[in-house]
Order: sequence, then structure tokens, then C-alpha cells
Amino acid sequence: MAAIELSRVVKHFGAITAVDGLDLDVPEGICLGLLGPNGAGKSTTMRLLTGQAIADAGELRVLGYELPAQSKPARAEMGVVPQLDNLDVDVTVEDNLAVYARLYRVKDVGAAVDRCLDLARLRDRRKDAVDELSGGMRRRLLLVRGLVHEPKLVLLDEPTVGLDPQIRTELWTLIGDLKARGTTILMSTHYIEEAERLSDEVAVMHKGKVINRGRPADLIAEHAGTHTAEVYAAPDRLIELRASAEAAGLRVRPAGPAIAIVGSERAGDGAVPEDAVVRAATLEDVFVLLTGEEAE
Amino acid sequence: MSAETQARPRTMRRLEPAAITGVMSREVANFRTYWKGTTFSSVLEPLVYLLAFGLGLGATLVDEVEGVPYIQFVGTGMVATAVIFSSAVPAMFGTFVKHRFQNTYEAILAAPVDVEELVTAEMVWIAGRSAVYGCVPLIVTFFWGLDPAPGMLLVPVFAFLTALGFAGFGVAMAATVAKIDQFNYVTALFVTPLFLVAGTFFPISGLPEGVQVVAQVNPLHQLVELVRGGAFGFEAVDIARFAFLLAFALLTWRVAVSRMSKRLID
Repeated sequence: MAAIELSRVVKHFGAITAVDGLDLDVPEGICLGLLGPNGAGKSTTMRLLTGQAIADAGELRVLGYELPAQSKPARAEMGVVPQLDNLDVDVTVEDNLAVYARLYRVKDVGAAVDRCLDLARLRDRRKDAVDELSGGMRRRLLLVRGLVHEPKLVLLDEPTVGLDPQIRTELWTLIGDLKARGTTILMSTHYIEEAERLSDEVAVMHKGKVINRGRPADLIAEHAGTHTAEVYAAPDRLIELRASAEAAGLRVRPAGPAIAIVGSERAGDGAVPEDAVVRAATLEDVFVLLTGEEAE
Repeated sequence: MSAETQARPRTMRRLEPAAITGVMSREVANFRTYWKGTTFSSVLEPLVYLLAFGLGLGATLVDEVEGVPYIQFVGTGMVATAVIFSSAVPAMFGTFVKHRFQNTYEAILAAPVDVEELVTAEMVWIAGRSAVYGCVPLIVTFFWGLDPAPGMLLVPVFAFLTALGFAGFGVAMAATVAKIDQFNYVTALFVTPLFLVAGTFFPISGLPEGVQVVAQVNPLHQLVELVRGGAFGFEAVDIARFAFLLAFALLTWRVAVSRMSKRLID
């Protein structure tokens, strides 16, 4: 049984179609990265899974429960880590955890709080108000709050958005530990590196549906080949180079002030200029080619 | 599943006590951090009114109303003032802030808690707090000669029920307004008129007939009459007053659940 099964799911907000015939299966025990640009429908998908949005059409099943009818027991067995920090800032670290242990009907609240404090390395700060914690500590607390009931499935909604690199790395370590314990994870993100590092599989979402899916290495091999050549030059020359590479049958994408010639290993003589910087192809190349959006 | 966690059924009931007490435990945890300020203002404000009107007017213009010393008349009526200001107002602002600014409800609803349980817990918590604050003016009036009476033991029940209704009103308003400053309209159009036409400071029998009719559907007026019944003797009509407050609480509860569901579930 898949932990999450979505079939032909549609969700409209007025004239906007946020989710447009979405099909998505998440097998048990994997970390699936839901990668897409802003507005791709990732957050709406997360809200559908937690019963905070009701689909206009389609079928949703989470841990064997039909949504939205059985949303409540489904939520009892899944953990959610939100995009925005919504901790109670005046309340102590341990009380923040204890409240959610009660909401999730945990029998031994004290033991659950202790386990989460250890996981977040916050045992010595348990009596401090959240307001007194550093940014990294707060995000670790937010993450373990969603694990207070040891869920089978964890939804991570843009878990590191807006965080500095150090805090992001701390959270990646925690998420890595969670993966190692066999917890099923669905993680929405628009950070390529995050998806590449943490996900067993990546589903690229665009305009409300999954447009491609696979292991990061397979997606790269399928869509971007092995190498990408980045060329930095004046805008006029970039236009010329792009036209010439495309005429040679290569795929080219914008890369900030440069252009990236994807699959450059297949280029014939002269198609890639000598001053190009050749690097290994990445998931970012795939993302931009598939969605037409700049990556972060 | 570890020993910490409970085996979970495939279906869960509506209005589960565990969900309601769980939400209330969050309120308690937060209240521990701000209870001094809230208690100070919730106790002091009605006392200021009590002393200003009861002693001020009582010493200069009015000796007695309906055979009761004026300060005791006001003191028993001030229970209603304490109740509305410690229920409707925190329900409006608290709910709005938790929903729009703190994203608290998004986190709670990701747990096995539904909107009905969330709203119920918020209302019960506010009403419980308000029932305590509502009794303060009555207790203070003892110092101005109000004799304790057995009927007064029911005052916390009356205060709780009324506060439940006004908490539901506040939650429904919070789910309705688009911006926080729109609470000014709610306060000016509903809260202040209800507070002034409750019979707290003067008997409503002295008001124009049309206003008297409106006052009869004012839950605060019914509370004032019930508190005075507890202090000076109940009448048969007080059963109808109690039933009215019960209906008011039920009505605002359902409206609050409906409004919040529309607001929280897309």
C-alpha cells in the first residue's frame, strides 16, 4: 500500500486552478521531493492532504484513509511541519511540545517531550520561552513538534524556506535521520539542492500537475545528459551562441547572466565555445528545462 | 509504534474530549504567560465602573433603585459588564490574531482536531475565564452591604453561559471581518449598545418602549436580571431567561463553527 495515493485531483480557487488533475503515489518508506516553482500547487497539495482544503474532484487516500471523510484519523498518523514558524513564542519549549503531544493523543506526554528535546538537541533549553531561542533552534523545535507522536508519514512544507545555509544544513541532518528511520516523507520545496540531497525520488510539479518524476540521477540522465556548458558573455554574443547551439540540436536555458548549454557532451565541433565552463549536469538543468522557470 | 503512543481507531468521533482539552491546554500554557495583565484589566475595569457609578451617582443623585441601594444595584449589574468585556473582546481579537498573524490554527488543524472542536475549545476556555472574572464585581459589592444569598452560587453558571454566547459571537466576528480595525464597527454597533442597554446602571423600564423591546433580546440584560435574581430572589420568568441564554450560546456556537469552517477550510 502506498502511503499517499492521489488520483486525478483538482482544486480551484475561483478562476485559478491550483491543482489540475494531479496523480501522485508516495510508496511507504521513501522521501519524495515535490519540486516546483512558486504557484505550482505544492502548498495546495499539502493542504489537501491535511484536510485544510477540499478537492473539487479526484480521489485522495492517505495511509489507507479516504480524504476528506477520514481526514481526522489520517491526521492522527501523520506529522506536519509547516512552512511558517507558528510556535507559541511566549511559551516554554517543553510546553510547546506537550500541547501537541496532547493534541495527537500521545499517552505518555513526558516521554514524548523528552524524546523530541533530545532529537532537537534542546534538552537544556526546555524551560526557556521560544522567544529566547536562536533561529536554528526554533526551526529544529518546529520540526520535532511534527514528530511528537512518531508519525508514519511526515509532510514537510518548504521546510527550509528563507533560512540561512547553516540552519538549512542543521535541518537537513534532522530530516536525514528521519529518513534513516524509515519514515515516509513528502517534502515540498523549490530549492533544487534540497530536493537533490534529501529525496529518493523527485516529482516535478508545474501548473498543478506532476510533469515528470524519478530518481534525481535518472531525471538528470534522461533530460540533461552528463554535462552542461555555461557561457558568460555580453548579451549580444549570448543571443548568437544560443542560436548556434540550438541550430546544432542542443537545448539551451538561461542561467542568470549566462546561458547553459545542456547535454554539451553531445555537441559537435564549434557548438560550445572554448571559453565555456563545463560542469556536471544537475537537477537544476532538468527543472529549468521542464518548467521554464529559473531555479533557486 | 512506541509505548508513548496510543493505538488509534480508524474512525474518530465528533467533539472528542481529548481534542477539546488539547486545544485548551494550549490556551492554559499561553495564559500562564500573560494572566497578570489580563486579570488586572478584567478585574479593574468593572471595579472602576462600579465605584464611579455606584459610589458617584449613589452618593449624589440616586439612593435606591427598585428598593435596592444603588451601589448594590450597579454591583450586581456589573457582572454582565465584566462578562462581555472578558468574553466577546478577547474572542474577537484572540481568534483573529491566532488565525491571521500567528497561523496557530493551521498547526492545530494539522493534528486530529476539527474546526468544531477548535471553536468549542476556544469558547469554553474563554467562558470559563470570564465566569471567574464576572464574579469579581459581585464579591466586591459584599463590602458595600450586599448580603450573600444561596442564589448567588448560580452566578458563575449564568456568567459562564452568557460568556459562552459572547465568545461564540466574538469568534464568528473574527471569522467575518477582513481587517482587524473592522472590530471598531463591531464594538460600536454591538458591544457598546448591548453593554449600555443591559439594565446595569438604570432599570430598562425607564427607557422608551421600543428600546425596552430591544433590551429584552439583549443577552446581557437577561444575565443582569438573573444575577439580581440570585442576589435578591428569583422569579418564575428567570427560567425563560436561562433558556434564552442557553439558546443564545447554542446559536452563536453553530454560527461560529460555520464561519470558522468557511475561513479555515478552502
